Amino acid sequence: MLFLNHIWLIPLLPAFGAAVMFVFGRKLQKTTVSAVCVGTIVLAFLLACGAVWQYSAWSSSQEHFHQPYEKTLYTWLGSDTGHLTYKTQSGAPAEFRADAGFLLDPLSSIWLLFVTGVGMLIHIYSTGYMAHEGGYYRFFGYLNLFMFSMLTLILANNYVLLFVGWEGVGLCSYLLIGFYFHRKSASDAANKAFIVNRIGDAGFLLGMFFIAWIFGSLQFTKVTTLARAGNFSPETLTYITAATLLLFVGACGKSAQLPLYIWLPDAMEGPTPVSALIHAATMVTAGVYMVARSNALFVLAPTSMKTVAIVGALTAIFAASIGLVQNDIKRVLAYSTVSQLGYMFLALGVGAFAAGVFHVFTHAFFKALLFLGSGSVIHAMSGEQDMRNMGDLHRRIPVTHSTMFIATLAIAGIFPFAGFFSKDAILWETWSREGGAYRFLWYIGYATALMTAFYMFRLMYLTFHGRPRMSHDVEHHIHESPASMTVPLVTLALCAIVAGWLGWPQSLGGSDRFTKFLEPVFAPEARVLQIEGQTGQLYEGAKEEGHNTGTEWLLMGLSLGAAGLGWGMAWRSYRHADKGYTEPIAAASPPVYNTLLNKYYVDEGYDYVFTGRRKVGDVRLGVMGLGEASSWFDSHVIDGAVNGAGRITRLFATISSWWDKWIIDGIGVNGPAILARMLSYPARLFEWGQVQWYALVMTAGLVGFVFYYVYH
Amino acid sequence: MDTMFHISTLHYMVLSAALFLLGVIGVLTRRNVVIVLMSIELILNAVNLNLVAFSHYWQGIQGANALHGQVFAIFVITDAAAEAAVGLGILIAFFRNKETINVDEVNLLKW
Repeated sequence: MLFLNHIWLIPLLPAFGAAVMFVFGRKLQKTTVSAVCVGTIVLAFLLACGAVWQYSAWSSSQEHFHQPYEKTLYTWLGSDTGHLTYKTQSGAPAEFRADAGFLLDPLSSIWLLFVTGVGMLIHIYSTGYMAHEGGYYRFFGYLNLFMFSMLTLILANNYVLLFVGWEGVGLCSYLLIGFYFHRKSASDAANKAFIVNRIGDAGFLLGMFFIAWIFGSLQFTKVTTLARAGNFSPETLTYITAATLLLFVGACGKSAQLPLYIWLPDAMEGPTPVSALIHAATMVTAGVYMVARSNALFVLAPTSMKTVAIVGALTAIFAASIGLVQNDIKRVLAYSTVSQLGYMFLALGVGAFAAGVFHVFTHAFFKALLFLGSGSVIHAMSGEQDMRNMGDLHRRIPVTHSTMFIATLAIAGIFPFAGFFSKDAILWETWSREGGAYRFLWYIGYATALMTAFYMFRLMYLTFHGRPRMSHDVEHHIHESPASMTVPLVTLALCAIVAGWLGWPQSLGGSDRFTKFLEPVFAPEARVLQIEGQTGQLYEGAKEEGHNTGTEWLLMGLSLGAAGLGWGMAWRSYRHADKGYTEPIAAASPPVYNTLLNKYYVDEGYDYVFTGRRKVGDVRLGVMGLGEASSWFDSHVIDGAVNGAGRITRLFATISSWWDKWIIDGIGVNGPAILARMLSYPARLFEWGQVQWYALVMTAGLVGFVFYYVYH
Repeated sequence: MDTMFHISTLHYMVLSAALFLLGVIGVLTRRNVVIVLMSIELILNAVNLNLVAFSHYWQGIQGANALHGQVFAIFVITDAAAEAAVGLGILIAFFRNKETINVDEVNLLKW
């Protein structure tokens, strides 16, 4: 139980590495930086392996059968004494509390393993890729900080701590996209990613509040238990729908789904290992993780499930269609990532949580491999990212070529590479779930599979085959990457081949260990869905009976056919690509090509509607324009009315004050007083304080009397 | 009896009137309270002179026992002494408050 008891060490190790980098990093040698940062991740990976190994033993014992392992370090928010109590939606008293606690169950085990594993490989790769870059310690400090946040997100046992990791990975994403901060496009992309993610985070926060309000707890195990206990009133179910929809808004932001996907393609401004680690393999799957983690809530809200499925499917085909014509090698992969994330959400939405998680798992390997391979290509091409200027690299960088080829086979869904199994699981579940209610989404998923094969093989042919189209200077410098970069590539390539075998479907004679492993997390939900499937259909379709092996084989054959078709079309169009090659889509329909090349003008549309960058004359458009108009209305009309009323009042006050001062006070009050004073003046003459005056008056009176009596 | 050197009652009255007039002028014109008090003494003494003069006149008519005027003069002198004492007392109290003994600055009691 050593590893399980010390599970808190796993996120703490990278945090230590990051702290060392931020405090001492500037003074350290590059070798020291590599040793510390890669070392912490290797240690974390070993600890994670140990913890998962011990957990599988622990959870298969009789007393803890299929239980999640929880370890609480201390109460982080709230108190044990119940100071922070509130009333839940049902009126029962509840206590706000969030622990610094860790949760290990099959779901977090999977994430833990591939995040530390892929993270470790990418750290090793980065020591080679970033060897000649400035800010080496800064880069690795951010990477380690990211690993800390991501592991916190995965291992958290409550929504609040998960949110800490959620925000942490968002911050690191921002820092790493803007790693080349002297480039304006990079800092703009970083801002875009951060701001768009904030929109999603607002949704996540609100969803969290809803959960705390409905269930009185934010702890996963408690919420899940309560949700599975069932017996909710229709009103409560409505609130749960709202909560899950808001959580899904958060997932849309983090996992780049429609309509918040716009930040991910721009995030390719960051260094390529970052794109591989954060924007392909790990961070962007956080939304999938969160939805899968809340599966007990989502199955209670059929509306939310449908929303997730439809948004996922639309995102998948939308992004894949953009990827068909992009020329920047990393952008193709970015749209591919968005598209694959769409697949994952499609799986979650149709209730095939295990299939979605399986795709996350396999996708982590082959997409990280693709990005690292593209990084190797860019490295070899002296920083060139435009595929129009590449070609014929397969002999010059053979390791990169062969590993990327394996990844391409995996993502295209060629048997028996990893992507085949996970993608097929999703497509099959989409076809068969709920008696075929989601079947129309299968067509979208199928078309996406065709597109995926096409744009991936297009990428391969343009980059590695055809005629060399680069300048002589660049051509001269082409070289295979150092071992620190190729070793992770080869390791990931191996994973991209075998990772899918964990989920070898029963129809092909396998045992689908992956789904079995996840059963403790998802199995109860499967039962709920089976019951609800009778009523919760998207449309009244023919209900399929049970597990139909024949149909499943047919679907597999179809998607293999799609992959082969996409491969064939790419082979036909780009095999001999020379300077000025023609794009088949551009040849077929220039307007369609331009629309796709400009990404459906979504960014421009957002500029018109949301960002306020567009103006007609001096008038801003969109929401910001509305804001400015409101502001103008407020400052001119409302404030004008207020000020007008004020001025009129002041005028009346002036008149009134003048009237009071001169008429009322002057004539009415002071007038009689002044009159009395004037009249009293003669009287005052006799008594004005001079003793001798009194004496004089007396004397005069005396003299007067004397004269009167003498001369009378 | 030489009429030229005979001092009649009229002489006394003229002298008395002159003294009285001096006193009145002093009371009305001088600022210094001490001098005003002295002028009041002058007035009182003019009255005393009058009283004694008329007493002497009545002695000539009614005999030596007609002494009422002279007794009255003695009362007036007593009264003058008392009045001087009270007046000087007021004067000192006044000086302590205002540090002046000018009578025209005693003007608080008015209207």
